[in-house]
Amino acid sequence: MPHIVTDKCQSCRFTDCVTTCPVACFHGDGQMLYIDNVQCVDCGACVPACPVHAIYEQTELPPDKLEWLAINAQRAPTLPIIADKQVPLPTAEARKRELGY
Amino acid sequence: MNLGIDTASLGTSGNPLRVAIVGSGPSGFYAAEALFKSPLAVRVDMLERLPVPFGLVRYGVAPDHPKLKQPTMVFDKIAQSPGFTFLGNVTVGRDVGVEQLRATHHAILFACGAESDRRLGLPNEDLPGSHTATEFVGWYNGHPDYRDRSFDLSQEVAVVIGQGNVAIDVARILAKPIDELRGTDMAEHALDALAGSRVRDIHIIGRRGPAQASFTFKELRELGDLGGCATLVSESDLHLNSASLAELEDKNNFNAAKNVEILQSWTTHCELPLSGIASRDRLLGNWHKARERRLILTADYYSGASATAACRCLGCRLSQPGECFPVRPAVLTACPVYMRQAGSSADRQE
Repeated sequence: MPHIVTDKCQSCRFTDCVTTCPVACFHGDGQMLYIDNVQCVDCGACVPACPVHAIYEQTELPPDKLEWLAINAQRAPTLPIIADKQVPLPTAEARKRELGY
Repeated sequence: MNLGIDTASLGTSGNPLRVAIVGSGPSGFYAAEALFKSPLAVRVDMLERLPVPFGLVRYGVAPDHPKLKQPTMVFDKIAQSPGFTFLGNVTVGRDVGVEQLRATHHAILFACGAESDRRLGLPNEDLPGSHTATEFVGWYNGHPDYRDRSFDLSQEVAVVIGQGNVAIDVARILAKPIDELRGTDMAEHALDALAGSRVRDIHIIGRRGPAQASFTFKELRELGDLGGCATLVSESDLHLNSASLAELEDKNNFNAAKNVEILQSWTTHCELPLSGIASRDRLLGNWHKARERRLILTADYYSGASATAACRCLGCRLSQPGECFPVRPAVLTACPVYMRQAGSSADRQE
């Protein structure tokens, strides 16, 4: 089952996840990251790395986040690979608190 | 040749940074990748004592998890970087010394992993029938160091000690119907041996409680989906004390919460002792359907004794073979196959 980045990723850019990925399957735009589920090997290493718990295995997706499965599949292949940790956005810490982490 | 350190030109094409990486598993390859990504001109010589690369991905990842072996495609790409050389069948400390490598490289990176198991420090740890998970995993994956090992699978009870993903791999391989293992990457000799396995009860024993188990929930969940196998946890092993409940409240500890949820879904109200099959069948009624296997997860956290169930299991084998031995409300006799999975420790190669 593929892993999915949800909209909880927006406004953070912590990108700790990308450093754990053995196959560099994270792609990103200015908003958030997406997982290329063809490349993803389902190791799950990224899931605990995300400080805002934005990444879910498909079967674990909350009902209100199901749309992100298709969005990841569509967006990821069109965007550049993000394999190195980025500087978090200035809004990151506030966003983390807002999400309750 | 002695490279010396010409810091001014080091890392330029005329004087590339020469790095020897000892070991060709994931850490070795990712180290090489990081070097090649740097702005420096780099030459990497990767030394591997086995003839083939990829270390744990080749010999550690379970053969029935082929997707998890796909990072080798990334390693293949790294290996195609200009300036990368793979030297197989070379043991550092035997075929080439550290001093020799020092003379020809600016840096040596040891990425040879943790090859030996951590000892449990229990009495009778080395009795026949007691193996490390490293041996068993290496054996079924065809690792040249372990392919000649043999495991007595003629008994009906196997005990796996540890609460991590390796313990799960070992238990799953013992529990899985042989036809589901054929066609995987499993070594032929292991398939032959497992085809004749009489193991029916596989106990996974943890020193700590369900909230502290370090299983990844995804791996744990898979144990509930094995064909021809009932996965069970005694209700008494799922007791959560206040400290555990507090741990599970932590939002960052969601893997543990998932583990507990999965374990709870396997609850049985029977006690599932480490006893002989016959007495257990009497206890539980006619539990075993034809060829059905059972996976039983046990935590010993709440027994109050410092000795683990594993320790008792081993002690029993030496002192009172075949006799019952009290373990909480249960009884314990011989546990013929016994795998330890309690982390690993690194040995220096030299």
